[in-house]
Amino acid sequence: MIYRSLAFFPSRIYYGGPVVGDVADDNVIVVKGLRKSFRNVTVLEGIDFSVKRGTVFALLGPNGAGKTTTVKILSTLLLPDDGQVLINGLDVVKEAGKVHSLIGLTGQYAAVDENLTGRENLHMIGRLYHLSRADVRRRSQELLELFDLVEASDRPVKTYSGGMRRRLDLAVSLIASPPIIFLDEPTTGLDPRSRLIMWDIIKQLVAAGTTILLTTQDMDEADFLADRIVVIDGGKIIAEGTSDELKQRVGSEHLEVKIANGDSFEAARRVFEGDGVYLDSQNRIISLAVESGVQQLKQVLSRLDEAGVGVENVSFRRPTLDDVFLTLTGRMTGDQPSPDGEAQKPEGPMQ
Amino acid sequence: MTSPPSFTSDVRIEKRSRLFWAISDSMVLAKRSIKHITRSLDQLMSVALFPIMFFLLFRYVIGGAINTGDLSYVNFLVAGILVQMLAFGANYTTLNLAIDLQRGIIDRFRSLPIFSSALLIGHVGADLFRNAISGLIILGVAFIIGFNPIAGPVEWLLVFVLAFFFSLAISWLSAIMGLLVKSMEAAQWTGFIVIFPLTFVSSAFVPTDTMPEALRIFAENQPLTHVIEAMRAWLVGTPIGNSGLLAFCWCVGIIAVSMPVATWLFHRKAQE
Repeated sequence: MIYRSLAFFPSRIYYGGPVVGDVADDNVIVVKGLRKSFRNVTVLEGIDFSVKRGTVFALLGPNGAGKTTTVKILSTLLLPDDGQVLINGLDVVKEAGKVHSLIGLTGQYAAVDENLTGRENLHMIGRLYHLSRADVRRRSQELLELFDLVEASDRPVKTYSGGMRRRLDLAVSLIASPPIIFLDEPTTGLDPRSRLIMWDIIKQLVAAGTTILLTTQDMDEADFLADRIVVIDGGKIIAEGTSDELKQRVGSEHLEVKIANGDSFEAARRVFEGDGVYLDSQNRIISLAVESGVQQLKQVLSRLDEAGVGVENVSFRRPTLDDVFLTLTGRMTGDQPSPDGEAQKPEGPMQ
Repeated sequence: MTSPPSFTSDVRIEKRSRLFWAISDSMVLAKRSIKHITRSLDQLMSVALFPIMFFLLFRYVIGGAINTGDLSYVNFLVAGILVQMLAFGANYTTLNLAIDLQRGIIDRFRSLPIFSSALLIGHVGADLFRNAISGLIILGVAFIIGFNPIAGPVEWLLVFVLAFFFSLAISWLSAIMGLLVKSMEAAQWTGFIVIFPLTFVSSAFVPTDTMPEALRIFAENQPLTHVIEAMRAWLVGTPIGNSGLLAFCWCVGIIAVSMPVATWLFHRKAQE
């Protein structure tokens, strides 16, 4: 393992006074009826959720679902049109200044200064969090070691790779050990190795008592990291639960059957008509969520056999965000719900 | 996995007054902008070479054809070049602010518990630093090519104080432009569209009395001319009229208006 353990992260952080949430309930983030529109476009249509202290909460959704807007409102960067957000009992609109001391934010694009070195970035943000110079120096060194950036620490950030920038970005967010961290698509665009490192860091931060709210488009990421997942689409919450609860609704595995030719596909379509199966006529693929894989595979194949349908190949795969969406909304990610979007719409409702 | 580091990681927020942190935040961000100057070849070139180039071009290429009466052209030119450079230098506030606003780093700054205008003050502060260096380089070159001022200590002090106020005024104006433009290209152009005409339609390089009537009236009454005339008077003893007072009034007036406007724009922009 190339970076050090985060086990030393304190679960209690001292901000010169009692932590407000200690006396309140366990929900460190509370969001009620959140609405936001930009000019005429409604981005959030009433979002409600709450996040328990020391857990990972994932906002899962496609591009344009409203994930980044939600994170921006929660981190005080945007004002909501309506609704309320409490961070540790503090209102993000009325008490933004106090909220700033409790949160760390890592946005979609590395928010670090390209012309400064990694260490200078940490020093600058540490001072802007109003830590003492001694704390800033010590903490910067710790974080550089932790994120395997010591060698590169005195080089300008513009010479860093994408993965290094993201690591520095997260390190900068952690300089003041904020008890609440917002991560907006923390692994989008990262190579698989950097992604695993990021996941491990997130796991360790939570183990040390930090509360994390992250956004992702990746079902696997939400599954692996989050204690609780909210699926949002078109500015609305369409499902909420633990990873297991969501998977029960989606099916833990998907069976895909590729049909041999176009005529057979028509026959197959008749076989499964109304069964809640996704039919992709362009690629001649039939896919369905399955619980007991082998048993259902047998059934599907024998039904196709009876109808004289030739099968080219069969495969199982884990559910993706597309499947979650298909199941929950009856359409693919990124499609607009319009009556004439026939070609991309699934042919049977699955609920 | 290596064993966890065995240091304590508790950090404390330092307890100081709000004023202390407002100043500290502004200084931290000014230091950042100054590091940008010293690390960017582009900015260093414009700080050091651009003024020298302009100075020499006017002195040796164009200056020979300009009649400045009893005053040698070098002595006439120094105040104009100085003011032009201060004005051009401020364009970096426009540019650097526009760059910051387009990059993700602005979100980071805005999620920090900092004095909200610190970023603006940081950029303006870096401008003062850059302009101080440009100014000193110009004066150095001026002496080499025959500048012969008659100013005493009081006059020199007046020149520096006015240069400070003028630089501050034009930087805050530039900050407004940086907050209004939509792209970095536009940020670069605003500097030329606004500052080029202002410096040339003034008494910076030529006496205004050869200009057409309308242009002459504008040139003789615009703030840059008053700043230039006042500096020239203090440096080489030309008649000052009421330019000294007007120059200070213009600068203070511009600062008094543009500072709150820029701050308001910055906060409004933040909520878009």
